[in-house]
Amino acid sequence: MSRQVSSSDSAMRWATGFFRDRNRTIYTILLVGALLFPSIADITTGGEGNHLVSTAADAGVFVLLAIGLNIVVGFAGLLDLGYAAFFAIGAYTYGLLASGLLSGSPLHQEFHFPFWIMLFVAMGVAAAFGAILGAPTLRLRGDYLAIVTLGFGEIVPRIFRFLGAGSPIGNWTGGVNGIAAIDPPTLPFFLTGPWVGAPIQVVKPFDFSDPIAYPMDFYLLILILVVLSIFAVNNLQNSRLGRAWMAVREDEVAAAASGVNTVAIKLLAFSIGASFSGFAGCYYGAKLSTVGSENFEFIVSVTILIMVVLGGMGNIPGVIVGALTISFVNFYVLTNLPDYASSIASTIGLDFLNKSSGDWIGLHDEVQRLNYLIFGLILVVVMLLRPQGLFPSRIREQELEKGTAEEAVFDLREGSPE
Amino acid sequence: MALLEVDSINTFYGRVQALHGVSLSIEEGEIVTLIGSNGAGKTTTLRTISGLNPPAKGRVRFRGRDITGLAPNRVVGLGIGQVPEGRRVFHRMTVRDNLFLGAYVRNDRDDIRGDEEQMLTLFPRLKERRNQIGGTLSGGEQQMLAIGRALMSRPKLLLLDEPSLGLAPIMVDTIFQVIRDINQRGTTILLIEQNAAKALAVANRGYVLETGRVVKEGTARALLESPDVQRAYLGI
Repeated sequence: MSRQVSSSDSAMRWATGFFRDRNRTIYTILLVGALLFPSIADITTGGEGNHLVSTAADAGVFVLLAIGLNIVVGFAGLLDLGYAAFFAIGAYTYGLLASGLLSGSPLHQEFHFPFWIMLFVAMGVAAAFGAILGAPTLRLRGDYLAIVTLGFGEIVPRIFRFLGAGSPIGNWTGGVNGIAAIDPPTLPFFLTGPWVGAPIQVVKPFDFSDPIAYPMDFYLLILILVVLSIFAVNNLQNSRLGRAWMAVREDEVAAAASGVNTVAIKLLAFSIGASFSGFAGCYYGAKLSTVGSENFEFIVSVTILIMVVLGGMGNIPGVIVGALTISFVNFYVLTNLPDYASSIASTIGLDFLNKSSGDWIGLHDEVQRLNYLIFGLILVVVMLLRPQGLFPSRIREQELEKGTAEEAVFDLREGSPE
Repeated sequence: MALLEVDSINTFYGRVQALHGVSLSIEEGEIVTLIGSNGAGKTTTLRTISGLNPPAKGRVRFRGRDITGLAPNRVVGLGIGQVPEGRRVFHRMTVRDNLFLGAYVRNDRDDIRGDEEQMLTLFPRLKERRNQIGGTLSGGEQQMLAIGRALMSRPKLLLLDEPSLGLAPIMVDTIFQVIRDINQRGTTILLIEQNAAKALAVANRGYVLETGRVVKEGTARALLESPDVQRAYLGI
């Protein structure tokens, strides 16, 4: 009897120990939530949850992007306003090498490489461009770096738009039309066998052919990609490289004086950060089955940056929560708000608001028009309530609790005769 | 052969020439101090040695090897540790991470852990605060951490820039005691100080810098007894 008590006691102690680490708690909740989400979506909508699951898969793309940008901005402290460029590069890499587009290019040859290989190719290509675009910015800091990366973010989609039909060097990217009919992923070759062609029943037709009717396979795929990325980035953060990034973020001169090759370290931050968006871009192209330069405008870069800052810059679980929160606001709240507004208006007897008259276009359209205003207001309120982000890192909390770094510098200046 | 040889270096800050043919040499096992008033070029000399400000003219040799113009991280790798001016502890990294970062140029994981323990023994106040972030430490603790961080690279030569600056008098004494201890364990030290009396008390030899030139050099005792030095830097 007493033994039993003690064993349940120790289980309790294990559990409290496990969940005392707030990050573990967040990961657990997120994973359980992610696994249950499709069923919940199905139940709450009466079997019509596919659209929600598909939207959640899109949110997963933004989680990947936020994790990647967090390496550049959160870990290494390099403000990058053009991160969507690498997202575009990843998506176009897959789009070009897994569709019929290049048959119309001067190559006259189309490619259909398998998705699973292209995931890593896109990652590599994005990483390479991360290094290439990172190299000229290494001497820049802060505001200047932000401006140059902003420039890259503008240039890359424009190049993709420009290199379409009628460009001097031929149609390489589909131009304004983008790339259509990109191959869906097929199960990897080693999974083909007697069941080839026969849908796997665990997840209804597991063939990626129709992301709208059967989003489950895409949902599971992004879930796996996100989990793998979280493992990777957690290991990176606690590695020698992760410490070097933080040192460069804190004080570049001191980092160099401690033996850190700051140039290489910053290039690696750009490059590894970009590789995650290459990953994300490849998946995104496959899921949408179409890619166009308008998917990678400045607003995308800004949205990802907002996710990172609002979630708690530098803290991986915080960044993930930030990405999910902003995705939820963007994909769900803001899209449904006009409908909610008009139905509320009619239930409380203000139906006349819903009719357009004169300059008034009706509540529904008016709310739609004010979407970005509302988005902005939500951001302002969140940042006022939690300036450090939703889930900041332990370090940042300690800083706020015990007095900040500035005080120590101040005591230094006081004693100095200069 | 001297451990470090600085051979008539000229160094510029932008277009301003800060050093005019500074030469000095340090033998293995010594404590050498560089004294002088503000703007005399002490920090610039140190930054030239460590690669942060390469010289326009002149050579720097370490253990017989020409290291002029090498990147700072390479210089650390060769065995020159540095405690920069103003300590520059990583404020948002824990004490342990600060120390680990100091060992960045090394690859021997197990020995690094051993050295971390050793630093925490050398600086007991850091041991109590090993999981705190650097920014929450007092000035003296930050100085100890900066020294510990530099020692983690196992340097042959340690460059110290104004370690006593801005510290309470009792902490200044502790720091100078630490400098003596480190030297006795076999690390050669180049010490930059405004507190000339304390610096000459621990040093074997010294150089006096004025407006970017070495105007006097000698044993610490000789400098302490020199009327010029006494008048200008010792306030006697």
